[in-house]
Parts: sequence; structure tokens; C-alpha cells
Amino acid sequence: MIDRPEVALDDLYREVVMDHHRRPRGRTPLARVDAHAHGFNPVCGDDVLLSIALDDERIVGIQVQGRGCAICTASGSIMAEMLPGRTVSEAEATSEAFRGVMHGKLAPAGVDLGDLEALEGVQKFAVRVKCAMLPWVTLADALRAWRTGGAEATSTTEQELGR
Amino acid sequence: MAPIASSAAGFDPRALRTRFPILDRKVHGHRLVYLDNAATTQKPAALLDALRSYYSNSNANVHRGVHTLAEEATGLYEACRGRVARFVNAPEERAVVITRNATDAINLVARSWGATLSTGDEVLLSEMEHHSNLVPWIMLARERGVVLRHVPITADGQLDMAAFASLLSRRTRIVALTAMSNVLGTINPIAEIAEAVHGVGAVLAVDGAQSVPHLPVDFQALGADFLAFSAHKMYGPTGVGFLVAKPELLERMEPVAGGGEMIREVRLDWASWNDIPHKFEAGTPNIADAAAFPAALDMLEDIGMASVRSHERELVGYALDRLLGLGWLEIHGPLDPDRRGGLISFVDPEIHPHDLAQVLDTLGIAVRAGHHCAQPLMRRLGVAATARASFGLYNDRDDVDALVDGLVAARKYFGVA
Ligand SMILES: Cc1ncc(COP(=O)(O)O)c(C=O)c1O
Repeated sequence: MIDRPEVALDDLYREVVMDHHRRPRGRTPLARVDAHAHGFNPVCGDDVLLSIALDDERIVGIQVQGRGCAICTASGSIMAEMLPGRTVSEAEATSEAFRGVMHGKLAPAGVDLGDLEALEGVQKFAVRVKCAMLPWVTLADALRAWRTGGAEATSTTEQELGR
Repeated sequence: MAPIASSAAGFDPRALRTRFPILDRKVHGHRLVYLDNAATTQKPAALLDALRSYYSNSNANVHRGVHTLAEEATGLYEACRGRVARFVNAPEERAVVITRNATDAINLVARSWGATLSTGDEVLLSEMEHHSNLVPWIMLARERGVVLRHVPITADGQLDMAAFASLLSRRTRIVALTAMSNVLGTINPIAEIAEAVHGVGAVLAVDGAQSVPHLPVDFQALGADFLAFSAHKMYGPTGVGFLVAKPELLERMEPVAGGGEMIREVRLDWASWNDIPHKFEAGTPNIADAAAFPAALDMLEDIGMASVRSHERELVGYALDRLLGLGWLEIHGPLDPDRRGGLISFVDPEIHPHDLAQVLDTLGIAVRAGHHCAQPLMRRLGVAATARASFGLYNDRDDVDALVDGLVAARKYFGVA
């Protein structure tokens, strides 16, 4: 009989994650929106609407809307809390580092993942990695569209799989 | 093999469990409570034995040789067709095309019968269809400019029959509907619909992926023109499905795939087609799985589809009572067990279906969470996703009780008062 390696629920839903899930940050509308994207997870129908206010290269505000599971909600909430004050390239480095962690890599030295570290346990639940990545895939698209001066971007976690 | 002792429902699900090796396994230290039968069912040992026996004794290609093995393999493959024809009361064996799955069967109808449609012709579907019965028609609409119309659903998740009557017209060429919704559980009045469809000169294609495994289905009595279903949802193997069709329609249809098996004569620049149903079965088919499938049909016929239905009707009634009794779930679809098959989609407004399914999994309970390949229906219901428990022959009240306990445990885990 083959049993999956024992996975503890508490490793997925750590205290910090549950806290962000219960009281998600970054729900207040922004006074000004400079970048915008809509992310969609076709596996479960979850979506994330991301609005970003920028001051030059610096992120000054993030609003996260949409419907998601605890993991997706917590991931978006942590993003909204940690990114304001960082530059676009710092945000992108954070995003890359987090993606690496979700795929079993160590975070590179010098990148502070803050509360995102609490999502580390998600990597053991393969289907849930997409949930954690959805806000970040959406962020990447919003920033890409903003850079190229393009319109609103739409992204899905299928793109995440291809990466 | 343990005997299937008699019970009120005609058989004993507990005794039946011993026939399914996988139901012995533990998941996270718990007994496996498998409630994802609408996605695929588990397989009885007899089916596994049949697969092994095919490869150990009779493996050869079909319709291509005079040697003993080729003859045996062909006999077993064709026997599957015969058994399926009997199982759904098809008019003849020739009425049964062996496909890869229900999806493949629906695509065959959409591509082949669909090719007789032209711009402005209408295909009538419904809001409760699986992507399998939506996307092939969307592809047809893009290719041929046919118009897609959709029968709406009522507040309690049934087809709006008044709307159906007004959407059906002389422009309607094909009506394609599910006999049982994989999300709402709704059992649709197919026989009544068939009459109306024929009244306007259209054909009726029925998605039987959920109905054929769980309800007595008589193709001729239904009056449908096409019926699609998958073996893997009826305790059979993956990779085999069926299109049952009126032979006179199959005769008029062009094949959609060319190759070996499906031809009569081939020259360098010309070919003629084999007889039905073979002209729709290009290339080497899934012989082994088709050869094994009758072992699953044996079990269903032993029990009898009327008993299967009464068992699942009883169980879904019990489950509805217990789930409604919790007081906090949103339950989608009809609440009358006579109108729904053995599955229930539900939402805990405080816990996302993904999180709910994750907690249940740690308790050994397998349910599905997501959009169930019915994104338009999810949009119509105003939810991103639902959790779904779907029952099979081997489920009983203990499984429902385990689910209910799991739902309570999930609320506790997530700190919902
Ligand atoms: C109602 C319905 N139609 C069609 C299908 C497609 O079945 P398959 O994936 O076996 O082709 C399913 C199952 O997923 C279903 O529930």
C-alpha cells in the first residue's frame, strides 16, 4: 500500500497565513491606479484583481480584490503589505525569489521574504502552489504592462506552469 | 469474492467494497472515503483481472489477422460493443461506436453531424453543460457560423422548460443536453425533450456521462439520436467511451479521422469507408480496456441499474438531510432526491472549497473542489467554485457521516464559530 508522505495541515495553514487570510490587508481602494491586472486560475476559478499606485519606479500602494482560497488570499495580503516602499525591480526580485521557494529552491541571500516565508509549506502541496502564485503572476503582468505603457493585463496561472 | 448480501436497496455496499482493492488503502492514516465518483469511479478486482488476462492470454491487434490471438482479441473487443449495446438497449451492435471517452464521442457528433449545418442554423445547449458539451459546439460555431443558444436554468437548478420550448424552433438543427448535471445533480426529462426536438426536425445528442453510470438508461425508449458516455465513470477503465447512435444517422455521417480500420478500399488518391461503426474507429483502438470493460458491466448488471439508482437515491436523500441539517451550507441544485442523481455541490460561505477539500483530504475524504469543468454554470450560480461529493455503489451512510464530521472539523480548524 502506497501512502503519500504524511502532510500536516498546519504546515500549509501556518498561523501567519491564517492571520492574513482572516484579516486580508490591501483591500482599500487606491486614490490613483497606475498599473492594473486581472489574474485568473483556471483550475479553480479563483481570480485576483490587482491595482498598483507608483511614484516613479517606486510602488506606493497596492489594492488586491477578487475571490480566492486561504492560500491565495494570504499571499495577496502579504504582497499588499510588503511591497509598498519597494521599487519595481525590488518587487520583481521578491517575486522571483518567492517563485523559487514555491518550486523547492532556497531564497537567494539579500532578498527579504518577510511573511512570505510562512507560505513555504505550500510547496509540499503541488496543486496549491498555483494558489500562492496567482497574486504574483498577476503582479508580474501588471508591471510588464505598465513598463511597456500597455493597457490592462490579463494573466492566468497556466502561464506560471509554463515558466 | 465476497457475496453481495441482500439489503433494502437490493445489495450491500459494505460487502461490495471488498471487491475494490483501492478502498482498502489508507489516506493520511484514515480509511479512504471516496466521494469523487462523478470524476471517475474506482475499479473492481474483476476488472483488473480482466485487463491482466487480456494481456496475458489474448493480446493482438484487432480485425487484422487470422491467427488465434488476433481472433481472440477481435472477439473480446467486439464483445464489448455487444455488451454495451445490450446495457443501454441500443437497436443494434452497429449503433455503438467505441471512442476514447464521452468527450471524444460528443466531438464526433459535433464534427461529423455538425458538418451538415450551415450559417444561421442553430444548436441548442443549456447553461448546465460540462465543457465537453460546450466547447465542441463553440468550435463548430467558429467554423461554420452556426448560432449557439442556451436553455437557462431555474433557481433550483432545473432546465427552464418554458424557455426551452420557446428557444426550440425550425432553425434548431441539433439539441445537445446532459441527462444529468455533474454539478447540480439535476436529472433532465430527456424523453420529453426528445419528442419536442423531433417535432421541429432536429436531432438530440445526449451527454450521458453522468446518467448512464447511475440510472437505468434505455437508448430506444429515451428517443435520443446520440448518447455519449465514458467507461471510466462506470467502474470501467479509462481510455474507453462510447457513442451510441441511431444507425441510420451513422450511415449518413462522414468519418472525422482517417487511417487503418476505418477504410474499405484505398488507392493512392482515393479511399472508401468501412461499414458503420468501424468507419468511425480509425487506427488501433484501446483494445485491452474495451476487452476488460464487460467485467464492470457484469457487476452493474448483477446488481441491476434499478437497484443502483435506488441505493444512490436513498443515499443522496440522506446526505441532503444531513448537509442541510448543518445549517450553514449553500446547496446547489434540486432538493428533491427524485430529481437529482447521487451528487451534491455545496459551498461553505466561510471556507473556500479548496481549503475545505484540503481539510477533508487530511481526514481521508476525497471530494472535488473547483469549477467542475462548468465555468458558465459557475458564473450563473454566482460562485467561483464549489465542493462536490458524488456517490458510487460502494458508498453508504457511514461515508456521508464522515463527510459531515469533516465539514464540522473544517469549521473548527478555520476558527469559524
Ligand atoms: C456531464 C459530463 N459530461 C462529460 C464529461 C466528460 O467525460 P470524459 O472526460 O470522460 O470525456 C463529464 C465528466 O467529466 C461529465 O460529468
